Amino acid sequence: MAEPILEVLDLKVYFSVKKGIFSSTKSLVRAVDGVTFSMKEGDILTIVGESGCGKTTLGKAVAGLVKPSSGKILFYGKDIYSMDKKEYMNYRRNVQMIHQDPYASLNPVKTVYKILSTPLLRWGIVSGEEEARRRALDLLEIVGLTPPDYFINKYPHQLSGGQRQRLIVARAISVEPKIIVADEPITMIDVSLRLGILDLLLDLRKKMGLTVIFITHDFGAARYFSAKGGGDIAVMYLGKIVEKGPAESVIQEPLHPYTKTLIAAVPEPDPKYSRTKERIRLRSLDIPSPINPPPGCRFHTRCPLYMEVCSEREPPLVQLTNDREVSCFLYTEFSEKKA
Amino acid sequence: MPETLIAIDDLVVEYFTLRGPLRAVDSASLTINQGEILGIVGESGSGKSTLAQAVLRILPPQARIVRGSITYRGRDLAKMSEGELKKIRWKEISMVPQAALNALNPTLRIRDHFIETAKAHGVADKRGVIEKASELLEQVRLDPKRVLSSYPHELSGGMKQRVLIALSLLLDPQIVILDEPTTALDVLTQRFILDLLKELKERLGITMVFITHDIAVIADIADRVAVMYAGQVVEVGNVFDVFYEPLHPYTRLLIKSVPGLKGDIEDMRPIPGSPPDMFNPPEGCRFHPRCPWKFEPCDRFDPSLVKLGDGRIVSCHLYTDKRAG
Ligand SMILES: Nc1ncnc2c1ncn2[C@@H]1O[C@H](COP(=O)(O)OP(=O)(O)OP(=O)(O)O)[C@@H](O)[C@H]1O
Ligand SMILES: Nc1ncnc2c1ncn2[C@@H]1O[C@H](COP(=O)(O)OP(=O)(O)OP(=O)(O)O)[C@@H](O)[C@H]1O
Ligand SMILES: [Mg+2]
Ligand SMILES: [Mg+2]
Repeated sequence: MAEPILEVLDLKVYFSVKKGIFSSTKSLVRAVDGVTFSMKEGDILTIVGESGCGKTTLGKAVAGLVKPSSGKILFYGKDIYSMDKKEYMNYRRNVQMIHQDPYASLNPVKTVYKILSTPLLRWGIVSGEEEARRRALDLLEIVGLTPPDYFINKYPHQLSGGQRQRLIVARAISVEPKIIVADEPITMIDVSLRLGILDLLLDLRKKMGLTVIFITHDFGAARYFSAKGGGDIAVMYLGKIVEKGPAESVIQEPLHPYTKTLIAAVPEPDPKYSRTKERIRLRSLDIPSPINPPPGCRFHTRCPLYMEVCSEREPPLVQLTNDREVSCFLYTEFSEKKA
Repeated sequence: MPETLIAIDDLVVEYFTLRGPLRAVDSASLTINQGEILGIVGESGSGKSTLAQAVLRILPPQARIVRGSITYRGRDLAKMSEGELKKIRWKEISMVPQAALNALNPTLRIRDHFIETAKAHGVADKRGVIEKASELLEQVRLDPKRVLSSYPHELSGGMKQRVLIALSLLLDPQIVILDEPTTALDVLTQRFILDLLKELKERLGITMVFITHDIAVIADIADRVAVMYAGQVVEVGNVFDVFYEPLHPYTRLLIKSVPGLKGDIEDMRPIPGSPPDMFNPPEGCRFHPRCPWKFEPCDRFDPSLVKLGDGRIVSCHLYTDKRAG
């Protein structure tokens, strides 16, 4: 079996925030609270969950942009926080993140050429301006901004939302990374163009052997991306992965009550089906705060299938079949192990 | 035949900008019928909000209705005086504007939002207003005691959206226009609000216009659908007809561009090309540069609206030329 390119082990990222505007006491936001997964080269993992469940924080931690409070991130088996400077810089180059907002993440006073050539020159991928220009033209071609010499001297504001997102993808792949973390890359662009960006990422992954973590709150996009690329979906709730498995099996046969509820709630572009989908009623509509997550299973305050044990103990994420993982007492023997 | 409440005919709305005039709504014709949920769907910038604002005449100052009429009870809203409009807004036609979540005044308690709204429309009886507000908050399943005394920041996005829906119903309007009411919300809250709106429509017998860029939400909630592209209404019909037998190429492709949880992934694909530059829209049919079915007349002539029976309307040369495809 191939060695994993990335292993995330019991990762926790806590933020310390002031309790109130005038208060000096602090509390901890448990943005990511014990996440474990591993990926092999070329794997696709889509992380899906509601706003605030910790997706971006997890992505940033993987890209080395946020320091974990505890846990480990291994790149080819090596802990990134025990790497020497050179190894760490190499890691940072190899993991590129595409951020949520295509409008905020491009410098408005730089031309497309500048935007693409800066990382190429900084990382020494090209030897000079002339080679940088050639490489930039190639990159524009690759991401479908054609003809490239038309786009190369443009400024970001002269591009449409979809074109900007393509430019951001070009910049991310310019340094020939091994892992791409794409955080909601399609949320801010027009509906009609979204699948085009996902197809581009899938195509690049095939051509360049990229490993891709795709972050979204949209189950339809999660299914499209992971199912088309033969990858997994992991569902997050309040800082934890509650369920993980191959895309179609998670979507068509969800196991965790949270996943089931979300999937039942998603409107579908098919009126008869959307109106007759089975509804699942939650015990409460409100998401608890990540500052004080509920004890036991974090979902128990809302879960329609709540049992007593759920508020007492935390269900572990267990391997149910060879490719499905779930964290729920409906699937775990808990009685005999009760302490 | 359902009764027509509002008939929009050949409406044109332009914004005056530094780059010149921008035609945000272009020769749009559409009716709003008694007791229905009319869904208006289209990409960002297609003119949905502008159309809605034109109906209530709450357009920003740089916008102007250039031509067309909006007939409501035998009178033209497009030409009505401000004084007369005041008697209609909120009392007969109300609106939950786009991004309204952020528009609630942060220094006012929710109760004062209700009182101020009523006062602005000539209702001074505070006790009566609060009584009515409590009733409405219960209808949207919020606890009136707690919510009325809260400030906006003390409520979640979903709670605020429900407050806004209750507020829009304060003066018993016949028609409520909701502009992207679930866009900023989580799936579970969105589901709750969609089901709530359907229930309110049945229970109160009101007519709703639901605006969104999300075609899946339209499939879920609308009785009738109007599809907008580049300021124009390109297709109208019953929701089942539009989804199961879309006529306009844009509608056909739009439905396939939204990935659902069921259905073959291989059938889903993006729409080629990109949305039009509204300062410089394409000649002829606005969609022709992206259209796989394009033929001779498309880049030269505007297609006219074709009425096909059963209330179906489409604006596409495939149908004007009787070359149905
Ligand atoms: N720098 C920070 N300081 C304090 N709290 C933070 C910080 N970054 C994130 N959080 C909190 O951590 C939690 C997780 O945030 P995160 O942005 O990772 O969620 P998300 O799943 O990406 O949400 P969204 O779908 O809205 O982007 C939230 O409660 C958020 O408020
Ligand atoms: N105040 C304004 N001044 C100038 N142009 C405007 C103004 N408001 C809107 N526009 C332009 O008018 C067109 C239609 O905008 P409108 O907001 O009606 O679209 P929409 O379909 O509601 O889009 P969205 O889905 O983004 O809300 C767009 O091209 C937009 O840029
Ligand atoms: Mg995020
Ligand atoms: Mg709008």
